[in-house]
Amino acid sequence: MARYHVSATVNGDDVEFLCEPEQTLLDVLRDELQLTGTKEGCASGDCGACSVMLDGRLVCSCLVMGAEVGDRSIETIEGMAEGEQLHPLQQKFLDHAALQCGYCTPGILVAAKDLLERNPDPTEIEARFYLAGNLCRCTGYDKIIRAVMDTAAEMRGA
Amino acid sequence: MSTAEDLRYQEKIHELKYVGKDAIRTDGVDKVTGRAKFGADLIMAGMLHGAVLRSPHAHAKINGIDTSKAEALMGVKAVITKDDFADQESEMIQVGELSVNIRDVIRNILAREKALYDGHAVAAVAATSASIARKALKLIEVDYEILPHVIDVLDAMAPDAPVIHDYIYTDGVEPKPEKPSNIAKRLEIKLGDAEAGFAAADVIIEREYDTRPVHQGYIEPHACVASYTEDGQGELWASTPGHFLVRAITARLCGMDVSKVKVTASEIGGGFGGKNIIYLEPLAMALSRKCGRPVKMAMHRNEVFRATGPTSGAHMRIKIGAKRDGNITAGEAELMFQAGAFPGSPVFPAAMCAFACYDLENVMVIGWDVVANRPKTTAYRAPGAQISAFAVESAIDEMARELGIDPIDFRLMNAAKEGTKAAYGPTFGPVGLVESLKAIKDHPNYNIPLGPNQGRGVASGFWFNIGGETSVTMNLNDDGTLALTLGNPDLSGTRTSISVMAAEELGIDPERIRPTIGDTSALGFNFISAGSRTTFASGKATVQATRIIIDELRARAAAKWDLPIDAVVWEDGHARPASSNAGDFEPLSLEDIARDAKKTGGPIAGHVETNVSGAGPSFATEAVDIEVDPETGHVKVLRFTAAQDAGKAIQPSFVEGQYQGAAVQGIGWALNEEYIYDDKGRLDNAGFLDYRMPVASDLPMIDAVIIEVPNPNHPYGVRGIGETSIVPVMAAMANALEDATGLRINELPMSPPRVLKALNEKNGG
Repeated sequence: MARYHVSATVNGDDVEFLCEPEQTLLDVLRDELQLTGTKEGCASGDCGACSVMLDGRLVCSCLVMGAEVGDRSIETIEGMAEGEQLHPLQQKFLDHAALQCGYCTPGILVAAKDLLERNPDPTEIEARFYLAGNLCRCTGYDKIIRAVMDTAAEMRGA
Repeated sequence: MSTAEDLRYQEKIHELKYVGKDAIRTDGVDKVTGRAKFGADLIMAGMLHGAVLRSPHAHAKINGIDTSKAEALMGVKAVITKDDFADQESEMIQVGELSVNIRDVIRNILAREKALYDGHAVAAVAATSASIARKALKLIEVDYEILPHVIDVLDAMAPDAPVIHDYIYTDGVEPKPEKPSNIAKRLEIKLGDAEAGFAAADVIIEREYDTRPVHQGYIEPHACVASYTEDGQGELWASTPGHFLVRAITARLCGMDVSKVKVTASEIGGGFGGKNIIYLEPLAMALSRKCGRPVKMAMHRNEVFRATGPTSGAHMRIKIGAKRDGNITAGEAELMFQAGAFPGSPVFPAAMCAFACYDLENVMVIGWDVVANRPKTTAYRAPGAQISAFAVESAIDEMARELGIDPIDFRLMNAAKEGTKAAYGPTFGPVGLVESLKAIKDHPNYNIPLGPNQGRGVASGFWFNIGGETSVTMNLNDDGTLALTLGNPDLSGTRTSISVMAAEELGIDPERIRPTIGDTSALGFNFISAGSRTTFASGKATVQATRIIIDELRARAAAKWDLPIDAVVWEDGHARPASSNAGDFEPLSLEDIARDAKKTGGPIAGHVETNVSGAGPSFATEAVDIEVDPETGHVKVLRFTAAQDAGKAIQPSFVEGQYQGAAVQGIGWALNEEYIYDDKGRLDNAGFLDYRMPVASDLPMIDAVIIEVPNPNHPYGVRGIGETSIVPVMAAMANALEDATGLRINELPMSPPRVLKALNEKNGG
């Protein structure tokens, strides 16, 4: 089967891959680039476990075709910490016990980081609606929302 | 462990340094950075992609399967059907709180004589890419002969229903039926004389209730990787709460020695009981065996909904009698549970739990286990108990209203407590139902004034919790740190809670103990992570293993000091002389003894293989405030308070998380979640868009109240805590709806269309 040759940037690094026409960005990240931190929960854009940033926009990577991302910039959970330094959201998720099984966690962290970059001072309602596209079945969202709100306060220096 | 040691909790509660104080979970960094490896995250050299062909029919005879075209497709390395597995005779195997019949398991992983539900696996392929595997499925030709099907439980019980299995003659009825039917079993739980109890009652409430099957809804689809090698050895990497069970069933179905199957548990992305039985692992092993290459299999969400999970839908009749003064004189229930395609619904635990919250003299519960053309039901968080609690706790609320007694006071008047003989058999030791009721009554949330269209509901719930087979090993490293190997996959932070208990015993910082989940070759058998057993049972065994190490540490110090071992104590991470009479020696630290271990007798380790008993039953009471939109029938949750007896919370934030997650699963069950079938018996809503689970914007914060009535059979007082908080939710929601609207809805889910219809009917619209 003919495969596309694609060049893109992932977490700041140049990458090249071959992908089939039917492979999604999620398939490419996981199967071709071995970046398995991005998870598949539904492959239909309903659960947010595969959330990544594409040219600065939050997307479900299962809804983007791999062949579409040529010359574009992708950020995944693997690029969130800087060296040994966790992103403040990652640290607050640990401090607040805001994860149980941890499967939805990468997608929620990517989405929450995007929220705080757009809106450093969200209300609880705003945080809940921004994360409404990310399903979590373990936590009931309570500690996730608390971790996000606490991170926002800390990053504002509040 | 002696009783004296078991009572450590009561004796030393004020001295605890680490237990009861939140720690950062040891798997936390891996899970916030994307490093944690789940079922589908393993990549092996030469690995193939597997896929499963599933029946589009609810009920069909399989006359033949032609795989030749699929096998001929370039890139296809193996195709399997039922013919790749020897058939199995009827035999029950215990799985979590439920048991399964191995004859049914082999028919569930791949259909044999018939396809029994939409989504039933029929064949599987392994190919060099996922896209080739999908193409190959389309080339498999199955000759189906479509048969009449039946979906709902009452339809399946009807005398003229299509009979799904010709070998089912209802168990538990005398005389044995002459004809097969879909009713697999009748069971009965009886205490006292219910008829006499009702005769003595001033008020009787009798109602019927219906619930729909709902899915556990874990976000990680089932996934595994199998690798079979030419010497007959097989390895599995699997997302499972019970890798020892995966080993047992895979070996059995694939005709392999248990010693030739090694299973490593991946991190597991949620289960809630839904991963307690297996689907993919024997298929992956058989495919790998056929082509000699590793095979990864991962379900699509559509397959998860169609072929795994759900808990039962049920039809129930509840009857409660009470005196005007509030004393309940009798409780009666008839529970009809659909089991899915094979017998084994959770109707038995549902029956046992139905009236467990109450100190009653007269109880009669009848349960029916009924097969239908749906996926085989699997355990879901306190399996069955939530379903019967929806009915019983709704009826209890109606009775309290009828008697004009506050619903909490009514429950307090009748609550099960220490010494209560439960209808299902045991007499309770110390339990925390009364404490949970009082905690809710005293909670600020319970006293906030309500506005228009708002209502408040309360309900209680019960779950047994279990112990079971447990093996753990702890090794002291030469730098004084420890490696703790556990055999229960960790879904929620259990490995951290367990290592904190070991740290408490040793008197060292928990960070010096590294817990890991060992593979099946590392430990003796471990029963699965189910029944809220892990922190209780694996924790209890770990405390025992730690005490073995402490005794050895004392022995090494005693030898060095030339003292009898009884003259040496272990305190705060050091061996010390028991008193000044024993001699004046500098205490020896864990590091000191570890460093010298080579010279003083060799490696130091503790291991325990045991069948843990003494699980502490757990009660919960919950209160919810809701607001109903009279225009749409939409129910909004305003506040939710969950009070559950933990026995002892080793990690309070983890315990709160369990209550919160359980509450929200219950809210989804109450308001939206249900399996919807079309007239051909095909699942209409096999995805997260149409199977609507709660999202963050649907919810308020969930207030968790941890009650601690210690379990006397655990060194720190631990009960299981993972399940009970889902039990009261649906009834509490229905009770709140009546409080808000005057409407009593006895059917789940209380979705906007159902609520709006009821509102319109009430208003004569």
